[in-house]
Amino acid sequence: MSVQPFLIAAAGLFSIGIYGILVRRNVVMVLLSIELILNAVNINFVVFDAMLRDAMLQGQIFTIFIITIAAAEVGIGLAIVLMLFRNRKTANINEFDLMKW
Amino acid sequence: MEALDIISYFLLLGLLLAAVKVVTTSNVIHAAISLVFTLALTAGTFLLLSAEFVALVIVLVYIGAVIVLFLFGIMITRAPLGQNAELDNEKNKGLALGVSLSIFGIFSYVMLNTFDSQINTTSGTSTELLGEILLSRFVFPFEVVSFVLLAALIGGITLARQDNALMDENQI
Repeated sequence: MSVQPFLIAAAGLFSIGIYGILVRRNVVMVLLSIELILNAVNINFVVFDAMLRDAMLQGQIFTIFIITIAAAEVGIGLAIVLMLFRNRKTANINEFDLMKW
Repeated sequence: MEALDIISYFLLLGLLLAAVKVVTTSNVIHAAISLVFTLALTAGTFLLLSAEFVALVIVLVYIGAVIVLFLFGIMITRAPLGQNAELDNEKNKGLALGVSLSIFGIFSYVMLNTFDSQINTTSGTSTELLGEILLSRFVFPFEVVSFVLLAALIGGITLARQDNALMDENQI
């Protein structure tokens, strides 16, 4: 197996996530797109681990750390979305323009 | 060897199709379910690359916990279930397509020109080895990450709870 199809698929997943972040209007959908980007990074780490096969398995270890951080990020992100929804009665990104003038 | 190639092409193609469905569907629940498919196919890819522990962690943490959290978030923010034409920002679509396609072009150009080696299929990895490394060489980052997770837990509870309890304490 060559590494190239995996790397191309990871790049595609990353750009699909960027598209989702730019185009979606709902905050929860933007968080879903961030998960896609993190997933692309995970695929890259595991593919390079499978390519190099170093004794420390650093690719897989870092993938596990990224998954943990992603779980923390989703928890905090949804708590912030919940606060915003409670205060502004909407979850649309266009309407959070308090810092814009 | 060729069978593995064909399996990997199918997995990666399904992965990309499910990911496209996540960002293009006009139904929020369908987006979350498509993310489940994306993550399941990612776990399959990791199994193919003999990273079985990471595949199981993906299934447990992402499909088991994070998706439930997302569905909870969708329902608590009362996102309109069913078809919703207002989900996308129409005037951003052209710009977003341009940015994402150019990122894809740059990344794939760099990747294709830099890496053309084969995946090492002769030697596998074992979960036992991974656990030993995680708790010997990487024990300090492991502890730091668990502390971050604890901080995120406490922060999430503090952010999301109603302030009624604090007011009651002040009244006493």
